[in-house]
Amino acid sequence: MTSSNPKRHFLRGARDALPFALVIVPFAALFGVVATEAGLNVVEVMSFSVLVIAGAAQFTAVQLMTENAPTIIVILTALAVNMRMAMYSASLTPYLGQAPMWKRALVAYFMVDQAYALSQIKFEMERDLTVSERFAYYIGTVAPLAPLWYGASYVGAVAGTQVPPEFALDFALPITFLAMIAPALRTLAHVTSAATSVVLALLLAWMPYGSGLLVAAIGAMIVGAQVELLMTRKAGQ
Amino acid sequence: MIANHTTVWIVIVALAIGSFLIRFSFLGIVGDRPMPEWLLRHLRYTPVAVLPGLVAPLVLWPSATGGMTDPARLAAALMTLSVGYFSRNVLAAILSGAATLYGLLYMLG
Repeated sequence: MTSSNPKRHFLRGARDALPFALVIVPFAALFGVVATEAGLNVVEVMSFSVLVIAGAAQFTAVQLMTENAPTIIVILTALAVNMRMAMYSASLTPYLGQAPMWKRALVAYFMVDQAYALSQIKFEMERDLTVSERFAYYIGTVAPLAPLWYGASYVGAVAGTQVPPEFALDFALPITFLAMIAPALRTLAHVTSAATSVVLALLLAWMPYGSGLLVAAIGAMIVGAQVELLMTRKAGQ
Repeated sequence: MIANHTTVWIVIVALAIGSFLIRFSFLGIVGDRPMPEWLLRHLRYTPVAVLPGLVAPLVLWPSATGGMTDPARLAAALMTLSVGYFSRNVLAAILSGAATLYGLLYMLG
């Protein structure tokens, strides 16, 4: 057993998360620009980015408000986009559930895709980390990302002018998520799970309010778990 | 244009509370009670089950091109995925994806 060293894991988390600055910054700036063009003022843009701190849901909400959707539909749809976070929360619970309540509340507030994906993969590969080392790593991953998220939202909001479409900022999100997922495709179970997710999400894209993605994700989790069971049995024979 | 700022604030407050409760759900309620092995086995696949499905429509039907499949975006996605898979390096994957995207947008533009 190595001695507990939260500071080292905090720095490690920060270092692992740093590459995502490249995509967090344009993504947040884009939100600032789009929301300002939709008619939101700087205080509203910043309240979104600081209080909600969920890019995909924020874009969804602003998009629906510009389409004059009923308020309740705006809220429910944006929350549906965030429902994946319930799965993240459940998946982090075995690793961080023993932490004190205030730490778990902080983990919940900062739960973004990048922090979750980095941490879950780290915790799964390094099983002997203590709870406080895991918490330090997790907070380390958001330490560079959250301030950049707030700051770039602000820059986007005050710049306000149209960013030329040649910058293709819309593709910052897909590139981030793909770069996070590719190294996680370690086993046949992970690969079949990811493939199931893609196929089901495309087939169910017609379902309202992002619910197709939730169904696709549950299906993909079942496929991953079943393939894992199958491979374990095969290896045991 | 969004004219009604009361609506905007209702949406912000509702999403702030709702998003926090979604994120806190299992961490807050389950805490350190052990979870059954079958559930943990499913949860291991959460990232690979959610993110590919979230990205797939954005790659195939980008709203920036009005939903038309765009060769530059598709190639950039495939490049990011392959570099990330073989190098296991997130930064290398992002940079090669961005280079592919801008390179092809410039050449095809």
